[in-house]
Amino acid sequence: MADLSTTFAGIKSPNPFWLASGPPTNTYGQVARAFDLGWGGAVWKTVGEPIINVFSRYGSADLGTTRMMGFNNIELITDRPVADNLREIALVKRNYPRHAVIVSLMVESKRETWHEMVRRTEDTGADGIELNFGCPHGMSERGMGSAVGQVPDYTCQIVEWVKEVAQLPVIVKLTPNVTDITYIARAAVKGGADALSLINTINSIVGVDLDSFAPYPAVAGKSSHGGYCGPAVKPIALHLVSAVAGDPAVQVPISAIGGISTWRDAAEFVALGAGSLQVCTAVMHYGFRIIEDLMDGLETWMDERGHRTLAEVRGRALPNVVKWEDLDLNYHLVAEIDQAKCIQCELCWTACEDGAHQAIRRHPRGNGGPVVEIIDEACVGCNLCSQVCPVQECITMRQVPNDFGAVNWKAYAAGLGKLAPRSEHFHTASWESNV
Amino acid sequence: MPPESHVLSDDQLARNFAEIAPALTADAALLEANTCLFCYDAPCTIACPTHIDVPAFIKKIASGNLRGAARVILDANPFGHSCARACPVEVLCEGACVLNARDEQPIRIALLQRHATDNVLERHIRLFEPGPPNGKKVAIVGGGPAGLSCARDLRRRGYAVTVFEAKDKPGGLNTYGIAEYKMTPAVALAEVQDILDLGVELKLGVAIGRDVPVERLLADYDAVFIAIGLGRTRALGIPGEDQSGVVDALAFIERLKTHPYSETRVGRRVVVVGAGNTAIDAVTQAKRLGAEWATIVYRRGPADMSSFHYEQELAKTDGCEFRFHCRPTRILGNGQVAGLEVETPQGTEVIACDMVITALGQEALGGFALPTDNPKVFAGGDFANGGAEIVNAAAEGVGAAKRIHEMLTVGDGRRR
Repeated sequence: MADLSTTFAGIKSPNPFWLASGPPTNTYGQVARAFDLGWGGAVWKTVGEPIINVFSRYGSADLGTTRMMGFNNIELITDRPVADNLREIALVKRNYPRHAVIVSLMVESKRETWHEMVRRTEDTGADGIELNFGCPHGMSERGMGSAVGQVPDYTCQIVEWVKEVAQLPVIVKLTPNVTDITYIARAAVKGGADALSLINTINSIVGVDLDSFAPYPAVAGKSSHGGYCGPAVKPIALHLVSAVAGDPAVQVPISAIGGISTWRDAAEFVALGAGSLQVCTAVMHYGFRIIEDLMDGLETWMDERGHRTLAEVRGRALPNVVKWEDLDLNYHLVAEIDQAKCIQCELCWTACEDGAHQAIRRHPRGNGGPVVEIIDEACVGCNLCSQVCPVQECITMRQVPNDFGAVNWKAYAAGLGKLAPRSEHFHTASWESNV
Repeated sequence: MPPESHVLSDDQLARNFAEIAPALTADAALLEANTCLFCYDAPCTIACPTHIDVPAFIKKIASGNLRGAARVILDANPFGHSCARACPVEVLCEGACVLNARDEQPIRIALLQRHATDNVLERHIRLFEPGPPNGKKVAIVGGGPAGLSCARDLRRRGYAVTVFEAKDKPGGLNTYGIAEYKMTPAVALAEVQDILDLGVELKLGVAIGRDVPVERLLADYDAVFIAIGLGRTRALGIPGEDQSGVVDALAFIERLKTHPYSETRVGRRVVVVGAGNTAIDAVTQAKRLGAEWATIVYRRGPADMSSFHYEQELAKTDGCEFRFHCRPTRILGNGQVAGLEVETPQGTEVIACDMVITALGQEALGGFALPTDNPKVFAGGDFANGGAEIVNAAAEGVGAAKRIHEMLTVGDGRRR
């Protein structure tokens, strides 16, 4: 049986699944219930001077009937008194000593204020501190959150202040709303961060009400940009986690956040270097019970593949994230349609014809034969047809071997290596004849 | 008059004739619409005689453009409302859906079509306008789906259109002949009204040939479209057929659709002779009206029945029986039906019954000649195709409007 136990920057938890700082970690009752159901840790809803929230706070980006494909919020940090939060954190830690309890903090950018907050936090017996340098809405207007995390010098400075007094591991939570996240990551490490967590939410407007012309989530007919998260942001988070994890100048543990909803998402983040996994939107959608399949699915996969610990998986995909110029130009693919599985929707045809490389031939329906056929010599192996195909394993990509050795752009541009003959097929004739 | 059956309560009758396929909720419609793959060159569209762009209208439902969805449907098929309720979709669009091969069940196209068209019908949303008057007049004989489809498309092209209907209500078999649990006359008439509202002149109770000579039409109109449907149900041609308790299936269905259910008499033991879709409609509705026992009697075998399989299943679910290889030879009784004598491979047999419903298909209307070989005369619907579905009638009406327009615009440079 795979061992999911996790030690992250010295913080131990029975499994890598932590609740991310947010509405699900606002109270003792929520966190205790989550731990009872199997969550390994929780990052408390950001503690700071209590704020006042607006009443409409969340917006959903739906896809067809799929709700909350993306999700955004204009909620601020905790609206509960600091003392109440700290008292409940202490109680959780006392009642759940094996679980990881991390406290997210955000206060004004004054050295003494940070010192004071860190000391009070450490008195709770919590396992770690997460600095919220990421929230892109509301607090950033007051010089906190992403206003700090978008400037390397501010990031470094505040981490230094925190580290002046912190005994516990300090995790810095990064905002994705920057041109290059590695600059901020390096600044945090320079300031003494023991670990990083990413991504915080992405700045967004989730939609507009076409009757009132109020953006969502509407507050008396108006709205403000909010933090975007949920399954839609996972690819962005995967990239940013890999960018930070693959940066030789960083080299601290990374807690991954961003659209994790299933064990597969979790495994992908671990493969790109994550040491722990934080989940928020999926819990806001379906509740704490999702932990069951997060763990069961991950364990089952690890058992099937013979991975005994998460350490054996961690970062396994990182060496495969390379620059484009390092990709082999002589690796050729061609699409292959399993005609026995084809249901003749012709989505591949219209996608290839209009959206890609005109490499599918269409035959009249009702002749008993195939209606779509790959034109091998025109196919550039782009994958599009296999991605629009609604039938599993119906269109697959087959490698076409050649006698040419691997050659990447770097080598080719330097005059080294030869390109294997490749598909060149452009339907420009009819356009030209009409000019 | 057959003896009165045991009488069902009005509540029970209302339940028995309630819609067999109720409308989708908005949520269900959205879910279904989002399941559609949006096929290219879609088989459902090809399978539809009116070639409704099915993926296009379903995509519009998914995007929240319900009115646009109805426009796509009704643009191709003026009877899109009733086709959504009464089309044999299992052998048309839904039967052709590619998801039969993947999910083993198709998109519920009929219910989505109904979702879109109900919206415009219920809100009286006007989707089409008459074309600018072109000074030409067309007479349409028969106010059923074929005639009115032709009328609508001619109005959209600017023709003055007069529809002559022999009955006192328009709609033809849509109004009088669709199984009640599929569509009520009220829905059929509302759909017709939308077409009439385009400025179609409707003359009810006028039988061409009887009241107005066809020649008059040819003199007064630039073209004539004949869509008079078919005539009476064929007689069995056996002794005893003139007794009380022998009813023509279409008359039986029309009666129950135009009166409170409790006012249509039905026997305790009902035999329906025939195995087409009308026979099925008759036997199921006899059962639903309160017949204690009802059966189909058919001279050939199960595989020879012309009714659709799912219609037969519906009759079986209703508890109706099927007697095959039974050739009716005599209706017994003393002025009132008491039984049907049939010849079977095992010999002669008497099926005790107090009602015989005949459903051997309709005869062509007779008694007058129609100049269908005149180039100004066009024909469509059951009259021309021998009896088919609403959707075929609609397609033929639409096609006739196009051909009439082509004929009348040749030479004046407006041919499209």
